[in-house]
Amino acid sequence: MKDIKANSVLKTNNLSIGYKSKKKESIVASHINIELHKGELVGLIGANGIGKSTLLRTLTNVQQSMTGDVLINNKNLNKLNNNELAKALSLVLTEHITSKNLSVLELVALGRQPYTNWIGNLSKHDKVVVNNAIFKTNIEDIKHKKCYELSDGQLQKVMIARALAQDTDLIILDEPTTHLDMYHKAYILNLLKSLATETNKTILFSSHEIDLAIQLCDKLIVMTKESIIIDSPCNLIEKGAFNTLFPKDLIVFDDKTGSFRVKK
Amino acid sequence: MPNSNTYKLPIIVLSILLLLCFFINLSLGSASIPIDDVFNALIGKSTSNENWQYIVQDYRLPKAITAILVGSGLGISGLLMQTLFRNPLAGPFVLGISSGASLGVALVILGAGFFGASLTALLISKWSIVIAASLGSFLVLLAVLIVSTRVRDTMAILIIGLMFGSITAAVVSVLSYFASADQLQQYIFWGFGSLGNLSWSELLIFFIIYCFGILLSLVSIKALNTLLLGENYAKSLGLNIKQSRLLIIIATSLLAGTTTAFAGPIAFIGLAIPHITRLIFNTSNHKVLLPAVFVLGAIVMLICDSIAQLPTSDYTLPINAITSLIGAPVVIWLLVRKRKMVF
Repeated sequence: MKDIKANSVLKTNNLSIGYKSKKKESIVASHINIELHKGELVGLIGANGIGKSTLLRTLTNVQQSMTGDVLINNKNLNKLNNNELAKALSLVLTEHITSKNLSVLELVALGRQPYTNWIGNLSKHDKVVVNNAIFKTNIEDIKHKKCYELSDGQLQKVMIARALAQDTDLIILDEPTTHLDMYHKAYILNLLKSLATETNKTILFSSHEIDLAIQLCDKLIVMTKESIIIDSPCNLIEKGAFNTLFPKDLIVFDDKTGSFRVKK
Repeated sequence: MPNSNTYKLPIIVLSILLLLCFFINLSLGSASIPIDDVFNALIGKSTSNENWQYIVQDYRLPKAITAILVGSGLGISGLLMQTLFRNPLAGPFVLGISSGASLGVALVILGAGFFGASLTALLISKWSIVIAASLGSFLVLLAVLIVSTRVRDTMAILIIGLMFGSITAAVVSVLSYFASADQLQQYIFWGFGSLGNLSWSELLIFFIIYCFGILLSLVSIKALNTLLLGENYAKSLGLNIKQSRLLIIIATSLLAGTTTAFAGPIAFIGLAIPHITRLIFNTSNHKVLLPAVFVLGAIVMLICDSIAQLPTSDYTLPINAITSLIGAPVVIWLLVRKRKMVF
């Protein structure tokens, strides 16, 4: 048991998420109990509007939880200051970066900000980490290009490299495969899989690529109106968890192929 | 960020150019003074004409230094605003600093009639204009700051600054409507901007406040670079957004506020210099941009001032007209030549 606790990177205790305003509270989901361990690749799936983004925003301290706790490396999220959080958790967001005039190398190097001095100079160690992140994400050939010259797929690799350079135990990505073609969707998720295995980092991402996620993830968090469950893809298929994801009038989940089909 | 070393050479070259412009600026003016006499006056040796020593030491030198402070200060505050608001159209005055100053000065010059004729002469001294401009910009800025601690969206601050600008402009219009022709002319002359009116004691105060502004800008370099990723990424990298935002706004107001107080609302430099610098250096790294903007801003302001003096003639053109007349074509030319805006 002790070993499992040391392995825990992200854990929620009876978390409920939602929005508070002055007059009322609207709870999006409650009784969320999930635990992620070192080196796991975990996908978060659910229908549009079910609260995936709200959950990710709460896990990353962008918005406050309604009740319950989020623990990162067994420490309460609320008790970490900005810099401690930046050293524990890195993000890849759906939004575009403001300045596309940065070179790839500069952008990845910005991942070292939590560790650098007041003016942001890179130490030798920082440079090693940056180069390592560039190597691992396979973007060495484009590292001197400007971001506006990159394709969407390349840019996503660069953003992942930046998160790697931040050197955190946990990386959270919000829909990393949107805007990408079929090949690059698979490429990015496969890259995440190998990064989780090689670096022993925990990677959590939300996605609509359910069939790819089933094939690549160690665990999946399936969000429906009724419940939020986390388990390995095989177990989830056995439980029939995917059948409850969407209204059944149009698409059905095929257990044998592990993918959705249009009803005919 | 790496490879900021490759930018050292151009900055050194520009610095030498700055020094050159500084001396050219000193040696040009309505009185033609030989260059060796300019040097003699500078190092305190006697010159062939005593008046020349006075002209160089107490008029041209403070004016040239003012030009450097104004050019670099406005350039840097423009850079800070453009990065903070992620908006290439932002300049040092987007937060209503210049409109606040205009309101203060308008109240003193145009509103003087309301205080009775005897007070008029007393009120319109140079110091009262400086104080009115400082107070005006400070009050508008204070209002923007108070509002900005309550809003989460940085863009909202930009809009709020613009709204404050509109309010003050409206008040100035009302005041102008009731003002006499003399008062209006005086107000319009203030609006032309002027580098040449500062005594050494005024310059000292200007310089001290300016240094605080520069110091805060230097401290903000890391935050500015982080903000290039957007606020959400910056936050995920451990940046305290509200604190950095406050620091950047205060730095801008110190730089742009004192400049406006002492030299009037100098247009264009704050908007154009950061763009010219980015186009020349082709980088967004503030460790390079900040010193480069400093040097380029100072150079452009010195050149504009030299031209505004109309050397050897008795006329001085309004500096505000010259900055735009020279600056705008340069920006257009650079944008057309590079075919791409660097931001």
